[in-house]
Amino acid sequence: MLIDWNHFTPWTALAGGVLIGTASAIFVLFNGRIAGITGILGGLFKPRRRDIGWRLAFITGLMIAPLAWLLFAPLPAIEINASNALLAAAGLIVGIGTRYASGCTSGHGVCGISRLSPRSIIATLAFMATGVLTVYVARHVLGV
Amino acid sequence: MKNHISNTAALSFSLLSGLIFGIGLILAGMANPAKVLAFLDVSGWWDPSLGLVMAGAIGIGLIAFAIAKRRRHSYLGFSIQLPTNRVIDKRLVLGSMAFGVGWGLAGICPAPAFVLLGAGSGKGFIFVVAMVIGMGIYELLEHHRKPAGK
Repeated sequence: MLIDWNHFTPWTALAGGVLIGTASAIFVLFNGRIAGITGILGGLFKPRRRDIGWRLAFITGLMIAPLAWLLFAPLPAIEINASNALLAAAGLIVGIGTRYASGCTSGHGVCGISRLSPRSIIATLAFMATGVLTVYVARHVLGV
Repeated sequence: MKNHISNTAALSFSLLSGLIFGIGLILAGMANPAKVLAFLDVSGWWDPSLGLVMAGAIGIGLIAFAIAKRRRHSYLGFSIQLPTNRVIDKRLVLGSMAFGVGWGLAGICPAPAFVLLGAGSGKGFIFVVAMVIGMGIYELLEHHRKPAGK
């Protein structure tokens, strides 16, 4: 294992994490809900009338974050090297997988581990493991 | 007590939570798929930054959920709804494993996908559309699995 010190950004990573944790804290302590994007988005597939607004509001908040950022500073680099076909395939797999798992990096990885939920700890270990394995195979075996 | 969160205060706090969450993702570098993939590439040039994102988020989350677990109602008076499912089954493990494969292919998970969409990224748009279709496929498969009305 070789650490890429040139790209290692411990302080912004930690500060960004604290903001993500703060957002999850606000959401559960004021609205009483888990800030899990899979659950928030998935709930829109079986919409109940009084349940749609807060889900859309949260997703809108995520979407306006880059615009709010742009009021103060240019956005950091966004590098997506995957082809459109690969992105479409990845998106499909993420959509199906997260719904079967009832959560993703936010719901299981952040909120679930914070609740000390064994289910979420298992889920997080599982997606971290296959994420690492996928990148390993793609980069170092197939050389994509 | 209110079970449905639908009033103006609730919508405002939802919007605020999403906004802070999104800004956190941008600041942390999680909205940059290349940085996410560099974190997952442990046998290459490994960028451990995202481990610190998790540490920071869980550090705050541990306090918040410890408080939430002791309360029945939120500060706005809504019932606090924490997951009650404790079953570790194939759906959880295989679903998570599949998600990890998709995450490793693109470097994008659901929350950053919406940040990328908001930033006007065409590739982010493709990912979000595919992800929503994937969730729709899940709904169809589940609809056929369970008898109607159950």
